Amino acid sequence: MSPRHHIRDELLAAYATGDLAEGWSLAVATHLALCPGCRGRLAKFEAAAGDMLEKIEPSEQSVDASWQDIRQRLSGQISSDRKPSGSVPSLKADKPRHDYVLPAPLRNYVGADADQLKWKSLGRGAYQVLVPTGDEETSVRLLRIPAGKPVPEHGHGGRELTLVLSGSFSDVTGRFSRGDLEDADETLEHKPVAGDEEDCICLAVTDAPLRFKSRLLRLVQPMLGI
Amino acid sequence: MTEDPEDMSRLIGAVARVQDVAAFETLFRHFGPRVKAYMMRHTRNLQTAEELMQETMMLVWNKATLFDPEKGNASTWIFTIARNTFISAYRKQNRPEFDPNDPAFVPDDVEPADVEFQNRQEAEMVRTALQDLPAEQRELVQRSFFGDVSHSDLAAEYGLPLGTVKSRIRMAIDKLRKSLGERR
Repeated sequence: MSPRHHIRDELLAAYATGDLAEGWSLAVATHLALCPGCRGRLAKFEAAAGDMLEKIEPSEQSVDASWQDIRQRLSGQISSDRKPSGSVPSLKADKPRHDYVLPAPLRNYVGADADQLKWKSLGRGAYQVLVPTGDEETSVRLLRIPAGKPVPEHGHGGRELTLVLSGSFSDVTGRFSRGDLEDADETLEHKPVAGDEEDCICLAVTDAPLRFKSRLLRLVQPMLGI
Repeated sequence: MTEDPEDMSRLIGAVARVQDVAAFETLFRHFGPRVKAYMMRHTRNLQTAEELMQETMMLVWNKATLFDPEKGNASTWIFTIARNTFISAYRKQNRPEFDPNDPAFVPDDVEPADVEFQNRQEAEMVRTALQDLPAEQRELVQRSFFGDVSHSDLAAEYGLPLGTVKSRIRMAIDKLRKSLGERR
């Protein structure tokens, strides 16, 4: 089933133009792996960006000097046997289908599928795995919320992207299941509850620590690393 | 100099097939300065912009065999290479991307050929939509598109009130969005 909650235009455009930090991009790219419709929209944004590049005002400097440089670099390469670099021909297409919970690129970031990760307890049956990225603007984690249980009510210091990978959760804005992306900002105070059918595994990207309403939770927040 | 997108695609094809240096020179003279201007907007450093441009164009040379004219035109492909070069070489970050060969990847439910046809048609619609914008709107959108100039800088440069710049850009984006066909 195709996801029903998609990437907003603004976010997808920023991903297309390269203006989105790595953490956000990871949530966007993982949704894209599960959503043919959004891939089609991405292609349009990239076409628009290509068009912008075509129409950009070129710098006035003569290109002759640059071309001489490049010409030199090329001569080192021509006729030496050149292997096409670029996208690594990854996993063979005829590989038997495997129902990974975590699609690429997310799986590559954590090194294994969900059932092989070292989950750290957050208490009350909830677990997390921190996902390392190269940007300093976001914090990225996988969360596992037990079936039927709520995620403690919280508001957001900034934006929070949540991508469901397994199970589901519901909050005031609707129900989210595999592939669905929730895009929340500081105006949303929500109380997501995991669906009864199974534990909910989701990717959560935030740009600021979550603000929990409970004072006790706020106190332990730094220790839990959330 | 030719600017026909199909000619540009053919030139990349010639680089891919026979390492055609003359074809590459034409590509370079057309796209090099544009990529450099793009890098200049992001880095505001002439030296860095030149290096990133050369890096990008070397990748165009080396990856030419991966270019598929069915999937999009030359400027889109070169844009994505410039963008990725900027992210990895300048910002030192990874760019997470989906992998169509991953077993968990959800493929398109229509024939890829249909998707490609549709994409090409839509790319054409984008071009037309941009073409149809009033000149001033188009220029503002282009200047702000790559996130390089703040709206207030644009306002100062054009001698317009900030609100006017913002609303013109918003109008232009709305028009573009309509022609792109918004998806719920």
